[in-house]
Amino acid sequence: MIQLNMIKSWFKSGVPWIWFNAAAVSLCLIMVITVLGLVAVRGVAHFWPSQVVQFNYQEDSGKLKTIIGELVDKTITPALMAKASGHKMADDEDTLVQYLIKTGNRDVTGADFRWIEERNVKQRNYPDNLMVVERREWGNFYGKLVAVKENGKIIAEGDGAWPVALEKLDAALAVFAEIGHLEKKEIGAVNYGLERLRLKQKSLQLKNRWDAEAEKENALEKAAYEGQYKQYQAQLGELYQKVRRDSLVAKIDSGSELEISLSKIVRIYQPNSMGLFDKIAHYGSKFIEFLADDPREANTEGGIFPAIFGTIMMVIMMSIIVTPFGVIAAVYLREYAKQGFITRLIRIAVNNLAGVPSIVYGVFGLGFFVYILGGNIDQLFFPEAAPAPVYGTPGLLWASITLALLTLPVVIVSTEEGLARIPKSIREGSLALGATKLETLWLTVLPMASPAMMTGLILAVARAAGEVAPLMLVGVVKLAPTLPLDGNFPFLHLDRKFMHLGFHIYDVGFQSPNVEAARPLVYATSLLLVVVILGLNLTAIIIRNHLREKYRALEG
Amino acid sequence: MTAQEVRTHAIDMNSVLNNRVSREESNEISIKVENLNLFYGTKQALHDINMDIPKKKVTAYIGPSGCGKSTLLRCINRMNDLVDNTTIDGKILLDNENIYDKSVNVADLRRRVGMVFQKPNPFPKSIFENVAYGLRIQGINDKRILQDAVENALRGAALWDEMKDRLNDNALGISGGQQQRLVIARAIAIEPEVLLLDEPASALDPISTLKIEELINELKEKYTIVIVTHNMQQAARVSDYTAFMYIGELIEMGTTSELFTNPRKKQTEDYITGRYG
Repeated sequence: MIQLNMIKSWFKSGVPWIWFNAAAVSLCLIMVITVLGLVAVRGVAHFWPSQVVQFNYQEDSGKLKTIIGELVDKTITPALMAKASGHKMADDEDTLVQYLIKTGNRDVTGADFRWIEERNVKQRNYPDNLMVVERREWGNFYGKLVAVKENGKIIAEGDGAWPVALEKLDAALAVFAEIGHLEKKEIGAVNYGLERLRLKQKSLQLKNRWDAEAEKENALEKAAYEGQYKQYQAQLGELYQKVRRDSLVAKIDSGSELEISLSKIVRIYQPNSMGLFDKIAHYGSKFIEFLADDPREANTEGGIFPAIFGTIMMVIMMSIIVTPFGVIAAVYLREYAKQGFITRLIRIAVNNLAGVPSIVYGVFGLGFFVYILGGNIDQLFFPEAAPAPVYGTPGLLWASITLALLTLPVVIVSTEEGLARIPKSIREGSLALGATKLETLWLTVLPMASPAMMTGLILAVARAAGEVAPLMLVGVVKLAPTLPLDGNFPFLHLDRKFMHLGFHIYDVGFQSPNVEAARPLVYATSLLLVVVILGLNLTAIIIRNHLREKYRALEG
Repeated sequence: MTAQEVRTHAIDMNSVLNNRVSREESNEISIKVENLNLFYGTKQALHDINMDIPKKKVTAYIGPSGCGKSTLLRCINRMNDLVDNTTIDGKILLDNENIYDKSVNVADLRRRVGMVFQKPNPFPKSIFENVAYGLRIQGINDKRILQDAVENALRGAALWDEMKDRLNDNALGISGGQQQRLVIARAIAIEPEVLLLDEPASALDPISTLKIEELINELKEKYTIVIVTHNMQQAARVSDYTAFMYIGELIEMGTTSELFTNPRKKQTEDYITGRYG
């Protein structure tokens, strides 16, 4: 009885509710930390060079074989279950231990991974001279370096081959960088120029102003571009020859040899002989590659720079579009519109917009912005490009506008709240000095409401940066050959398609030919997406706090 | 006019006004309220107000809360236009011009009739920008002109010595009394003809109140001042004329000394002797 009373009074005191709330908060925190922790550990570990193992393995047929690769996973299956799934089990065996090995050499064996059983492993060692070759195609190569060839002639063999190979690769990579620059920047610019000339000619023809003079001018420019092109082409040919000249000869686990051209190699390393500092350096270079390079091999290797760039670009464009629209709408609704049934209706409609599933916005964006608006823009302003669409196809502009529409309600609502919180006395003070309503708004009210606008923008950015579904319909692609911002006039190409981290995760994780190999990349990309969103939000929050400090009259 | 001349002039006027010679008075009327009725929706807040406010004098409105004194004050610079559902009929003549005439530009009117509110309402800008605000709105952006104007206005509001070294500080960082004087400086920076003060000292401590009252005394040499106060002592101290209002009606108006010592109406007497309100 006394105890019951105690419990009753304990409940009355409100203490259990505090505990309940604290528990709920802890649970949320734990979940967030778990998610981030898992993603971080899996993603960040991906770039660490793991040991390469050499197994002496007895195949089911009884033949002994050498298997070289990285240990990726280990499973332990109870004997009963192993038996049920078709493994032969001896009576004294309790469990079946299996390893997943990344063996690479897809061009030779046809698969990157294989499962082996621990009981059949006769010997396991870590020879120092095992080499990993990251290639531009066919995935990683695992094996031993035999020789280095120049022009088909062996120039180094045996123990002396490794330093020579490193040196040659450095030279080859430098040439490759030059090739990349030539192809992307210089020849890209020439192609862009030629396309512009073609469009100009067509547009003049359409306007019936294509005369001898224009033709002559056009031909001159075209000749200049073609001359440039020929020059670059010659340079390229030379460079390609240089880079293709050398090759590595390597021994595969099965004993046969394989020749790999240096032009196909991104990086070689011998993880078993690396010290801690070598590994850290390797990690750093891999990480920088991940951040700064273009993707390779159907996005499963290399970097994700275009996706990072595309995401940030799209969010910035979205912010530029949504802020003025949202603010103007909010100012009208709060300051000018007569408060009544219709404004209430509009407010309810705006709030409900926030609840519409994002894919619906995607469909609307495709149907209205891309086809109707974009199609008409093409007809009006780019008749020369027909039948190829310019704006009548998904692109950065339409994606940004679609997301701006999606995030408009948040900006409107928070701006309206900000406007409502400005004290009447401040407005009256301004009006009493002879300011008109517009001057009062512009000089006093809007600056004071700017922290609220920034809050809206922060929420908008948080939502837009993580959105994927609508983007797939209005502009995001698996692989964009060019960035939406480059050195060719007019520099910002709003009509181009772009890559996006969110879509990249989906694509690499579920659409790539080699899902197993790409999984760590999914984690790494997810982590990066979180970091990018965090960074964008943090920037906005810092700006907002700065503004708040400046206009802190409201808090008083 | 030197200060001496101003003083003699003021004394002359006082003696004239005290004799209630309306012929002399008419030359010096700044604002004339004629048959003013004001409705909030269907509720009538002001009933048929008629009043002459003399030039370069301090006129005080007194009366119990909700009697319409602030409403009447806010009619003079058309601040009531901001309240929805307000209808006004009658006239207010500022220099013989009806401010409710359709041709009147409200922003121009408010430049001529400055106003200071009950609670100090400086903008969240620097002290300098607060005072320069009204001038910038008029399109004056010349640094030198602004500096001179800001200095004059701050001197006029007896704030220059305190503020001259911190003109770029945020105006929200100074004390309430200083803020209220800053707001007055902001109002006089655009050199209005009339200054409306809506209970300017009610949110301030006694010392700040005293400073504001001294300031009012100095300002009346240049401006026509109308002040709303529910503090009768204050009205007696600062004003030359006092109007007593009760439930939307003007009960009595006269020189302050007369109204306080010899009220003509019973209601006035009851109020100033503290029998109600």
